[in-house]
Amino acid sequence: MPAISFSNALGVHESALYLRSRRAEVLSNNLANADTPNFKARDVDFNALLEQASAGQRASGFGSDTPSRTNSKHLNLGDIEANGDLLYRTPNQPSIDGNTVEEHQEMARFAKNGQDFESTLYFLNSKFRGLQNAIRGEV
Amino acid sequence: MNNIFDIAGSGMTAQSVRINTVASNLANAQSAASSVDQVYRARHPVFSAVHANAMAEQNGAIDPWANAPTEGQEGLGVQVLGITESQAPLDRRFEPGHPLADKEGYVYYPNVNVVEEMADMISASRSFQVNVELLQSAKTMSQRLLSLGQ
Repeated sequence: MPAISFSNALGVHESALYLRSRRAEVLSNNLANADTPNFKARDVDFNALLEQASAGQRASGFGSDTPSRTNSKHLNLGDIEANGDLLYRTPNQPSIDGNTVEEHQEMARFAKNGQDFESTLYFLNSKFRGLQNAIRGEV
Repeated sequence: MNNIFDIAGSGMTAQSVRINTVASNLANAQSAASSVDQVYRARHPVFSAVHANAMAEQNGAIDPWANAPTEGQEGLGVQVLGITESQAPLDRRFEPGHPLADKEGYVYYPNVNVVEEMADMISASRSFQVNVELLQSAKTMSQRLLSLGQ
């Protein structure tokens, strides 16, 4: 039996936390460029990325320290920062200067992403608490 | 995560430049001059998105269309490429009594559109506000992240 493997213990939440913080960056960049001519709003496909990340994790199997990538699209934790997955938003009301940022929508997405970040942190904190309780032998 | 601070900061810088030009335009809206060359012209900043590897490519030319991101490139905020002077026609008024009137009695007034400037000011201050809110959210997120596992 190997020692505690954090990636097994924490499950998908570790990747989720990283993705949430990255998405917050992309959305804040959209909002900062709300008045930039010809700027195209971007976003990440969170579900697809998380699916890839957890598929990579599953493929690694329990107990192995180095996750194996069975597909080149699988993401190891270090690979999530690869930039090839940023998509363009389709605007509801395109503006005349070519800017596709819809401020209210981006703001709503940013707020929701912040809340999801919070809930991921909550899950992670629960995991850590559980581990601590297990180590101490308490209930 | 730390990029958000830079991004929101660049947004606030850009919007404050915009508010500055609005203030300058409104303050000079009635600054008369005696010739076409001397008269004040409305100034507007040109915004452009900053991308990871586009930082070094600036050569002084103002071309917001040239700076399109390549596929999958992540943005790092907004920058002010420069300030342009409006090419709108100047206001030429016949005021022979004006001390700055030319030989024919005409005085030139700036091409500042006051209504447009006021709308621009509201837009800039709203966008500034959005960036402040971004900064606050990012701060909360970082603080919560720092207390992870405690």
